[in-house]
Amino acid sequence: MTVPVNYLLISAVIFAIGLAGALVRRNAILVLIGIELMLNAANLNFIAFWRYGPNPEALTGVMFALFSIGVAAAEAAVGLALIITVYRHFHTTDLDRIDSMRG
Amino acid sequence: MSFAIFAVFTVAGALAAMILRNLVHCVLALVLAFTGLAGLYIQLGAQFVGFAQILIYVGAVAILVVFAILLTRSHEPPSRLAVSPGWATSIFVAAAVFGVLAWSIRSSAISALPISPHPEITVRQIGDALMSQFVLPLEVIGLLLTAALVGAVTIAMREQRRMK
Repeated sequence: MTVPVNYLLISAVIFAIGLAGALVRRNAILVLIGIELMLNAANLNFIAFWRYGPNPEALTGVMFALFSIGVAAAEAAVGLALIITVYRHFHTTDLDRIDSMRG
Repeated sequence: MSFAIFAVFTVAGALAAMILRNLVHCVLALVLAFTGLAGLYIQLGAQFVGFAQILIYVGAVAILVVFAILLTRSHEPPSRLAVSPGWATSIFVAAAVFGVLAWSIRSSAISALPISPHPEITVRQIGDALMSQFVLPLEVIGLLLTAALVGAVTIAMREQRRMK
């Protein structure tokens, strides 16, 4: 039987990896992938707390995770559309070269 | 035991997705991470969420990302540096965030929670809850997805030259 702490630690690892990727990588698509990883880490937390919480029959954690997956899908669609538009304008997805609004 | 396998899959996939240089390889690693997460959900007793994860993330989001990568193929030489100039600071920030999270998890009371028996939930229960208690959020997310669909099409649509 696995204890809840293990799931939370896995979730923390995934969150840290996603954060590092979103901060380090220069490609806009990879930054979006990092954000998706962070969202997934949060979902894993929801499910773990639902499973080991006091009232699992209330289904709150499952519902929250499902709605979170739906919102993340919408976010991915709009984000990738934005990236494609930016690519058409600047002919690159390198975030360090899209700096026309730099002060 | 299966927890260890899924955890290794997930963490290795996430790491590879953020480290590899080839963008298509990154997405393949991402699919591995998402599948591992789905396995963890199923292991936790949330079968429906696990299958929704496979359908939505592995099936839809990953394909969408592949499309975006192929549409934004750069003509530059691939030898350019793939990381930002301030990468050391970023890694440090991420490591610090992980340190704080791990410390708070370790020192929290959740490790003392009693191991409860597996909650048995069926898709029927989820459907009932979605149609009664959570019907308003369901409608709102339907509206959100419609707005996102229309918005994504509008944003990505090629601008037409305006005729005089």
